[in-house]
Amino acid sequence: MSKTGAELRLQGLGKRYGAVQAVKPLDLAIKGGTLTTLLGPSGCGKTTLLRMIAGLEQATEGRIFIGGRDVTLLSAGERNVSMVFQSYALFPHMSVLDNVAYGLVSSGLRKREAHARAEAALETVGLKGFGTRLPSEMSGGQQQRVAVARALVLEPDVLLFDEPLSNLDTRLRRTMREEIRALQQRLGLTVVYVTHDQSEALAVSDMIVVMRNAEIAQAGTPHELYARPDNVFVATFMGEANHVRGRIERIDGPMADVTLDALRLTLPQRGLAAGPVDLVIRPEAIRISDAGGGIAATVARETYMGSHTEYHLATPLGELFCVAPDRLRRRQAGEAVSVTFDPEGVVAVHP
Amino acid sequence: MSMLTRSSFPIWLLACLGTLVLPWNMQQDGVRLAGLIALGQPDPEASSAFWQALAHGRFWFWPVVAALFLALPGALKAGSRARQAGFLVWGGGLGLAAIVLQGLAIGIQGWSWGWMNALFGELPDRQFGMGLGGSLAALGFLLLLTDGLALRGWFKGDRFVAGAVGVLAGSILVFTAWPVGTVLSQILTPREDLGILAATGARLLDSKIWGLSCVSAPVGCGVFWNTLMLAFSTATLTTLLGLCFALIVTRSGFRAKRALRLLTVLPIITPPFVIGLGLILIFGRSGVINQMFDAVFGIELGRWIYGYGGVLLAQVFSFTPIAFLVLIGVVEGISPAMEEASQTLRASRMRTFTAVTLPLMLPGLANAWLVSFVESLADFGNPIVLGGSFGVLSTEIFFAVVGAQQDFGRAAALAAIMLAVALLAFTLQRVAVGSRSYVSMTGKGDSGLPTPLPRLVRNLAYAVALPWAVLTIVVYAMALAGGFVRVWGRDWTPTLSHFTRAFALERGPEGDLIFSGGAWHSLFTTIELAAIAAPITAGLGLLAAWVLSRQRFRGRTALEFALMLTFAVPGTVIGVAYILTFNLPPLEITGTAIILVACFVFRNLPVGVRSGIAAMSQLDKSLDEAAITLRASTFRALRTVVLPLLKPAIVTALVYSFVRAMTTVSAVIFLVSAEYEMATVFIINRVINGDYGLAIAYCAALIVLMMAAIGLINLLVGRRRLGRRSAALAAAPAAPATTPAGGRA
Ligand SMILES: Nc1ncnc2c1ncn2[C@@H]1O[C@H](COP(=O)(O)OP(=O)(O)O)[C@@H](O)[C@H]1O
Ligand SMILES: [Mg+2]
Repeated sequence: MSKTGAELRLQGLGKRYGAVQAVKPLDLAIKGGTLTTLLGPSGCGKTTLLRMIAGLEQATEGRIFIGGRDVTLLSAGERNVSMVFQSYALFPHMSVLDNVAYGLVSSGLRKREAHARAEAALETVGLKGFGTRLPSEMSGGQQQRVAVARALVLEPDVLLFDEPLSNLDTRLRRTMREEIRALQQRLGLTVVYVTHDQSEALAVSDMIVVMRNAEIAQAGTPHELYARPDNVFVATFMGEANHVRGRIERIDGPMADVTLDALRLTLPQRGLAAGPVDLVIRPEAIRISDAGGGIAATVARETYMGSHTEYHLATPLGELFCVAPDRLRRRQAGEAVSVTFDPEGVVAVHP
Repeated sequence: MSMLTRSSFPIWLLACLGTLVLPWNMQQDGVRLAGLIALGQPDPEASSAFWQALAHGRFWFWPVVAALFLALPGALKAGSRARQAGFLVWGGGLGLAAIVLQGLAIGIQGWSWGWMNALFGELPDRQFGMGLGGSLAALGFLLLLTDGLALRGWFKGDRFVAGAVGVLAGSILVFTAWPVGTVLSQILTPREDLGILAATGARLLDSKIWGLSCVSAPVGCGVFWNTLMLAFSTATLTTLLGLCFALIVTRSGFRAKRALRLLTVLPIITPPFVIGLGLILIFGRSGVINQMFDAVFGIELGRWIYGYGGVLLAQVFSFTPIAFLVLIGVVEGISPAMEEASQTLRASRMRTFTAVTLPLMLPGLANAWLVSFVESLADFGNPIVLGGSFGVLSTEIFFAVVGAQQDFGRAAALAAIMLAVALLAFTLQRVAVGSRSYVSMTGKGDSGLPTPLPRLVRNLAYAVALPWAVLTIVVYAMALAGGFVRVWGRDWTPTLSHFTRAFALERGPEGDLIFSGGAWHSLFTTIELAAIAAPITAGLGLLAAWVLSRQRFRGRTALEFALMLTFAVPGTVIGVAYILTFNLPPLEITGTAIILVACFVFRNLPVGVRSGIAAMSQLDKSLDEAAITLRASTFRALRTVVLPLLKPAIVTALVYSFVRAMTTVSAVIFLVSAEYEMATVFIINRVINGDYGLAIAYCAALIVLMMAAIGLINLLVGRRRLGRRSAALAAAPAAPATTPAGGRA
């Protein structure tokens, strides 16, 4: 199990159910040995896209290449991909070992050898010795691992996960996602991972593909998406963000001079023209002080959160949401303050 | 290994075997091993299609042979996928077309159509029904065609699904659509003295069907009105009674609920005319009540039981348990939360019942009413036993066929009318069930206790249902008691002689066992044929259920619709249709066991499909998908994952189709022969001859047999648990299979 996963390329891939366009034709290239998440709100077409890659749905248009081979017309079994289902889909009437060995036996391996390799796969996911149990005799997290082992043991070119952690409780979700990430990196797998949870996506991904309304809103590394979202949707989906309107006064090479009420900022220009512009400000990039020089604001509400304090500020730009470390002085509601921005946390975006 | 990568060659070999080697036609005295190689036979009827064409000048087989070789390149995986698909589709399709055309074109009197005489000249030859070779060749060509379509990307490229859909569609076409079409076309045949139009008009507008003279004069109305009146009354009464029972069982503190529920099993395990028999023994000329009145008051009660009143009473007794069963589901489907909400909104129990519970049940009540309506419409056993001069459609069809006049045209016209009414009721039922979904909209999350019934409603339900339950038991008990006295009404000496007449065993001269009782032959035949039919029914039914609930393909809705329609065809119609269709080539199977088995299978298919769909809907779809992504072929996924998880549904379907095959009368009565006599038909004939003792003894034996079969399911299904999390998977399927929609009789 040491080979590196194959690269995956989607070319104009689209799916339509009658009148419903579940996935609009899209292009995507995924490097071998990386973990890519498909992130987006419910109903945006993530599962459909994943199932097309798996071969469980026939694409209405476009092609799919795995490791350079066109697999568009191949059936699920011929593609050398594996999938971990949201419900795990462990066969309840088979032992854990038989579950894991199922794919190997299907591919024509002899039972004895299949079992030996299944044992090894179970060991990889830390379930050595659990082979004789029935899936119903295991906890949710263990079932999840069995599902992963069952998919892994086939040494797939691409491993697919559809919201694999949604049936687990919060604490377990954290550990499991780290395990999946560690396993993927250790074995050099190509993984496509569907989730609607942005923190999960940020934690495990090499690349995140944010989807909206059946198309790709933006694709990039977690840092790119968080720090330089292309549009308001991506910005707000990737974490808390304040959306305000400013004005590009002057464009200076790659940079732009932007006025925001009383403030002037120099930001990356990102292909925007001079004139009114949408800006996204991360809550942690808002600085509050007593001194002037910033935008005049009043504290509308403050909420103590332990490690930090959240403020809602009334400003000429509209209400701003802001997070401040607790060691700073706590402000009371009604206090007049002055606001400035850390340019790192302010991005000019397309609407 | 995917199914796709395997070649179609084995299927081609099957078609090849059927066309070149095996005897094409059905052999008079069965096929011997030596007769299997039908090449070089001097007798054309014993030859394969190829040999008939080559050596006996039957040129109409050449297209079949040509199509076979046209398909060969496709089966050999020569050339690109598209080319292969082309060869398979054309070869398979043309072969199938050639087989059908030659089969229809040449009958027992040469060419079937006049213009062919003109074209090819008189044909001195004739052709018998298709046999082993013909059937295998047809199957082979069909599968070559579906393989080709799968290669072209139909059915997501899945050969197994393509083949399954092909087989299902083909068998529905041959065993339901074609016969029903034949019946309908019989209406249009001219009668000796009348032309086509006049004959058709005379048949369809017959005053014996539509006459309304009973409104003004004390004579009988037309059979249509008789049937309709009977079905309306039966449906209304059974629905009301069923509702009372259902309310008691689900919404009251009644102690013996389980005992009441047992009532629902009665119609499944008893032949449909047992109630009729019981009523005769109570109210008939020599019945208990009549004798008593005669002895005590000196009053002759007369023969009122033979006619509308008697049939109605028998049907209400017979079908109340069915309405009961349907309505249990309806009442249980109502979310307690809605009733609780109503009560917290200050409604009294009575108001909650009338304003919330009843309206929510309405679609379900409509469904139960229509189920009973269809049951009554299709019932044959009770009217034949009790009807007397009161004719309904099903019995009139029977007498049109077996009576002195043998008027198939009239039978066809009656069958068409019956079919139309059944389809209408069936359509209404689908609408009623469809609109029922809002009842359980809140789904599983429901909690809370069902609201107890208002006192008035509860007392009413008790007052109606409990006496009726007692009466039902009495009727059944009477029916069975009749088997243990010498001559009911005249000689009350207890005896087992009826049983010995039916089931006597003797020692032969060499000490071997001789089954000398009169019933053995039909009992063994029935068990044997029912046992052959059961696995086919269950298999086809579950396959259909799987295809319909798991696959999406073009024509899926059409297949579903066709399957639903087969559910709606009354047994009597099927019976007439089968003898009309299958006593001539190309499928000449009247008088054989095949026609009975086919009848069982296609009449009971709903049982398999329903329990399959119910079970499948409990089964997480991603289980099959997981198997597919784990490199399993569709067939392997079905065999190793779906089937094992459906075991309870399979057992249920097997046992119920067995039991129903054993107790059915309406269609089978047309199809039996001296060699293949069915238990129920044997019993009916005893009843018609007035030999009640033997009939009842036989019924008792059947009931015991059926109870054993049902007990077996409970044993097998009840014990099966796959583990705590999948318990829900296994628990579901036992119930739905019992809910009938088409006529059962
Ligand atoms: N089998 C189907 N038939 C019709 N529409 C479907 C089907 N599956 C999904 N859709 C539609 O496609 C869209 C995308 O669904 P899906 O891929 O499941 O979204 P996600 O996984 O992002 O929540 C939805 O609007 C959904 O209603
Ligand atoms: Mg989804």
